[in-house]
Amino acid sequence: MTSAPPQPSTVSLPVPEGVRTVGRVTADDPLICARNVNVYYGDKHAIHDVNIDIARNQVLAMIGPSGCGKSTFLRCINRMNDTIEGARVTGAIVLDGQDIHERRQDVVQLRARVGMVFQKPNPFPKSIYDNVAYGPRIHGLAADRVELDEIVHTSLQRAGLWEEVKDRLANPGTSLSGGQQQRLCIARTIAVNPEVILMDEPCSALDPIATARIEDLIDELKASYAIVIVTHSMQQAARVSQRTAYFHLGDLIEVGETDRIFTNPRHKLTEDYITGRFG
Amino acid sequence: MSRTPTETRARVEKSLRRRYWAERRFRAYGLLAVLLGIVCVFFLIGTIASRGYTAFEQAYLTLDIHYDPAVIDPQGLRAPEALASANYNTLVRNALRELFPEVQERADVRALSRLVSTSAAHDLQARVQAHPEVIGQREKRRFLAAADVDQLLKGAIDRSQPEDSRLLSDRQISWVDRLQQKAELKLHFNRGFLTRGDSREPEQAGVLGALVGSAFTLLVTLLLSFPIGVAAAVYLEEFAPRNRWTDVIEVNINNLAAVPSIVFGLLGLAVFLNFAGLPRSAPLVGGLVLTLLTLPTIIIASRAALKGVPPSIREAALGMGASRLQMVGHHVLPLAMPGILTGTIIGMARALGETAPLLMIGMVAFIVDTPRGILDPATVLPVQIFLWADSPERAFLERTSAAIIVLLAFLIVMNAIAVVLRKRFERRW
Repeated sequence: MTSAPPQPSTVSLPVPEGVRTVGRVTADDPLICARNVNVYYGDKHAIHDVNIDIARNQVLAMIGPSGCGKSTFLRCINRMNDTIEGARVTGAIVLDGQDIHERRQDVVQLRARVGMVFQKPNPFPKSIYDNVAYGPRIHGLAADRVELDEIVHTSLQRAGLWEEVKDRLANPGTSLSGGQQQRLCIARTIAVNPEVILMDEPCSALDPIATARIEDLIDELKASYAIVIVTHSMQQAARVSQRTAYFHLGDLIEVGETDRIFTNPRHKLTEDYITGRFG
Repeated sequence: MSRTPTETRARVEKSLRRRYWAERRFRAYGLLAVLLGIVCVFFLIGTIASRGYTAFEQAYLTLDIHYDPAVIDPQGLRAPEALASANYNTLVRNALRELFPEVQERADVRALSRLVSTSAAHDLQARVQAHPEVIGQREKRRFLAAADVDQLLKGAIDRSQPEDSRLLSDRQISWVDRLQQKAELKLHFNRGFLTRGDSREPEQAGVLGALVGSAFTLLVTLLLSFPIGVAAAVYLEEFAPRNRWTDVIEVNINNLAAVPSIVFGLLGLAVFLNFAGLPRSAPLVGGLVLTLLTLPTIIIASRAALKGVPPSIREAALGMGASRLQMVGHHVLPLAMPGILTGTIIGMARALGETAPLLMIGMVAFIVDTPRGILDPATVLPVQIFLWADSPERAFLERTSAAIIVLLAFLIVMNAIAVVLRKRFERRW
């Protein structure tokens, strides 16, 4: 892994002509710029010409009705769509000045930089310690056991799980409750010190209390990471995000400051969705 | 078409009764099937055990042997050649004549010495060659009785039959009775059955050769078919693209699982013996043939086990930046291991019981020596059973059943090991 020197503010890439997305798709301090991203599953054209920037130290929420392509777009950012048979992605997704689809870009390294938390908590059927230590181990991040212990400790602490599990690190990760499991998955993700964390409906399988904890956690984590969260809950989007993107049937309809989107949507479809007329 | 709630309830109740009745009936069928299976298994094991247990006991005759220097070494030089070529049968015959001084005629003496196994002379020869100092002394030694005597003691020879259609004459039976009264002739635990190889003489025949042959053959099979089968399954399931070629391969693997085993034997004969020139009757070749036979089973079971690993674990690993190989090696394979081991057990159990393909590659030869390696000529347990079942001697009947018991014990031990291994791999999530 080549460690990139501290990046100065990247300048956003020019947005192509004829973009129909309402609102400002660029960001002031973009880490990732997606331009004209299309995804096909076989013959099905899943998302069309998406242009959007993802900013550092900010939470971007992606909302929209089921099947609108928000998860599909999320999975483009760390190339998880590569694992799906027949999926094809076109367009550019530029991370730190480099297109992630370029031949030079190693997908393993990309996923170390862009971590992901899934809808259903999916800890490995190993101990809590091994769950968190897995990423550092495969990427060779810790020189020795002491350093690894330190990484596990900090990661669990930052995920707000340390106090609950410090006495049972050897227990299986699957023995935790659903909310704890999801926080374990977040700890596992931040243990490799990524730049971006993608969250695909991280709270949809959790109760309200566990959800509140995860939301607090997201709020703390945005100080260090760029976070993209897909959610079905508009309240959640309003609570945790600074920018919101609204997807509809594979199109990115509107992007803007979260406050603005929820108080003053400009597109008819956005308005219909957030006022609960469908979705 | 609208019904009142009461009508609906009545109809549901009626259908409920039908459903419960169907469920009870189904349970009864299931129970019946299980019971039938258990009865069959018990009948099978009962028959084999009742026929075979007698083979674990054997009639032994204790004789007072005089190591007569005049017979063994008339020149008194203790030359190894002389000790090797001496007529030890004479020693046995002399000991018997001491017990029955009244027997004088040549034909009677021959009938008398037929009560002792031919192995007695070999035993004495080995004793004298190892310890020449016994020459001139007397010693009580236990010898195998002849198979017919053994069968008489076990009640397998009918005394009421007319003498000319019986294996032992009236005089021989009276000698046996007298020996038994003097407690010179008794049944003892038959250690030889488990420590000797095959023999033409039933009383000397043992299963060790076939047991070791089976162990070597299965070792070769396991060492080849497990890694190859798992690797093939992992490749097909996790790495191979889905296209026409992989479809063709999949169909062919499924077809291979249904090919009659003797065809694999013919293939082994053509490829391993005639083309590659490997030794005939060797466990190596047997193992290679059985590998071909078990591979489809292991591949199919392993693929099913790999398919059963939840995709969320794969996504978690890939999302952490694990390479495909790391994903498989660290997560998918360990989780699939119980299923893979189950498939391997089934494959190995089938390989253990396989006879037909091994006949084709010469493992049916009569082999007395216990194989020392995978290149020595050998036979295997099921082939040994086949050979003994085919033998005309009455005493091989019980040995056939006893060999089946040994085969079943082998199978149970093998499965037990696999079950223990599988338990260690099983994980909850």
